[in-house]
Amino acid sequence: MFFRLAFKSLLNRKGSVLLTILAMSVSIFVLLGVEHIRTQTKESFNSTVSGVDLIVGARTGSLNLLLYSVFRIGSPTNNIDWETYQAITTNSKVAWAIPISLGDSHKGYRVMGTSTDYFKYFSYGNKRQLDFAEGKPFSDLLDVVLGSEVARKLGYSLGDKIVLAHGLGKTSFSLHDDRPFKITGILATTGTPVDQTVHISLQGIEAIHIDWQQGVRMPGSNITTDQLESVTLQPKTITAFMLGLNSRMATFRVQRDINNYRQEPLSAILPGVALSELWQMMGILENTLRLISGLILIAALLGLSAMMLSSIREREHEIHLLRVIGAPPTYLFLLIEMEAILISLFSLIIALSGLSLSLLLSGDFLVSSFGLQMSFTLFSGNHLLFMLLVIGATIIAAALPSFFAYKNAKLSR
Amino acid sequence: MTIQLKDIRYTYPDTPGKLILNINNWKVAAGEQVFVHGPSGGGKSTLLNLLSGMLQADTGEVSVMGQRLDKISSRQRDRFRADHIGYIFQQFNLIPYLDAIDNIKLAHQFAKENTSSSLEDEIKSLLSSFYIDPADWQKPVAKLSIGQQQRIAIARAMVNKPELLIADEPTSSLDQNNRDNFMKELMAMVSEHNTTLLFVSHDMSLAKHFNRIDALADINIAGAVN
Repeated sequence: MFFRLAFKSLLNRKGSVLLTILAMSVSIFVLLGVEHIRTQTKESFNSTVSGVDLIVGARTGSLNLLLYSVFRIGSPTNNIDWETYQAITTNSKVAWAIPISLGDSHKGYRVMGTSTDYFKYFSYGNKRQLDFAEGKPFSDLLDVVLGSEVARKLGYSLGDKIVLAHGLGKTSFSLHDDRPFKITGILATTGTPVDQTVHISLQGIEAIHIDWQQGVRMPGSNITTDQLESVTLQPKTITAFMLGLNSRMATFRVQRDINNYRQEPLSAILPGVALSELWQMMGILENTLRLISGLILIAALLGLSAMMLSSIREREHEIHLLRVIGAPPTYLFLLIEMEAILISLFSLIIALSGLSLSLLLSGDFLVSSFGLQMSFTLFSGNHLLFMLLVIGATIIAAALPSFFAYKNAKLSR
Repeated sequence: MTIQLKDIRYTYPDTPGKLILNINNWKVAAGEQVFVHGPSGGGKSTLLNLLSGMLQADTGEVSVMGQRLDKISSRQRDRFRADHIGYIFQQFNLIPYLDAIDNIKLAHQFAKENTSSSLEDEIKSLLSSFYIDPADWQKPVAKLSIGQQQRIAIARAMVNKPELLIADEPTSSLDQNNRDNFMKELMAMVSEHNTTLLFVSHDMSLAKHFNRIDALADINIAGAVN
């Protein structure tokens, strides 16, 4: 009966209650949304690369190198000579190396030139290796392996031919349409930027640029694909490379050697350390966002408190009647608290539904624009803790009107 | 004795110099139907609040059904009121957004034995005995007529089978016809349950329904002085 009374009392004041629920819902939506995106971004970034000891690129900041080589965000400052790559990878401490060559795209998805070692050694999440959903790694010059997202979104299947574009724009007028690539493999979904990547061999990269200069095809050039097969397509430069070492103990030594490499200015970074730097930088932004969403919630809770307080004044007869039929003042205190908790619960339900719907609708945008794979599961331990905090804050915010109801009940005559 | 007041003095905390109640000795026997009349401002509501345990006298003894209300805690008085006293006001007798059944259930919730499995049936039978149409049982009481609301108020006051029923000007908002019906049903109900009735009103035409008539000025010396 207690719950029923609280519920019907709210229904009786549906106008003001609805507005309060909306204000609370928006604030909880912002609070949970910020928290969800924050944790999901961290999880997504942290699981993108594992088992890589060092990432090497042209001399630049560690974050820039990490972002363009692993997350396909931003652009490299310079390329590395192929000789440098070969010299470093012949070091006895190096177990394996994955070259990365970037700069082309296909319908907005980045093309990555690499070697077949990529499919053998690259791992993500908890050291999970790349799996093929269909097909196999590239073996011929103009073979291509698609990330799962690329294949799914563009409706490609094995054997289809695709044309790559020069540069990174979604719409390009500089197409390598004289050398289409044949799809030989589609990778299984990883939930990382791999899903949005088009993989070809380094030789494939060389092949499509053999008769290009300064970003345009040289007029009059007519090298056929058959002729290309007979040419040795040795890359001159690459964008970056990943290294796996024989021993973790050697990591800092190798890093120092690469950073001091005399022939070419290079940067070697530890992915984990670079990620920590990233989170450290993001910390200020995270805390600011948390503060803002917290303040929005406080504003909504104050609105709730004001609404409940004014309702107490309108309900003096009701309070008196409840007292006369035997309700103790604490019952009135708890009744107001229960009403506030119900408002909070309804707001949580609306906010969670809204957030799930938003994530569902914006999922593709987040993946294509930021490479972020968002989970729709909002019931993690962290979120449950936040929900409990919201209910706790509601109880505190409703304490003042509840106390007024208690005091009114005590003085009721 | 259902009610026994002795040497009662009461002043409101915000006007400590003004004596509102000054009752030397007043008693009501079990089963009596007492009509108390008096002008507004004579201390009627204060007297009723004292008897229901909502207020406490500054001095004196308040005994209801043999229980000294001035000797027990506020929580105990609340419980005592729920168990033994029914109350009907002039208006605002019911929670307007609840239906008749929920209003009566709510009153039952605070009483000692509130786990009756047949409560719903009892409530329905009570509502039927007050001629409330079953179609109106589940409507918010605010949508019912004043006459219906007052009859539901009697049912609500009687659900815990109180030994004492206090009625504070319950007919003043009713028309002649509704008032007669209300009085008929009220008197029948208290007679059937042998409930002591304390009925306060300034409408002397109602006095004919009672077996004892007291003027408030005779009970409360302070009221007479004021």
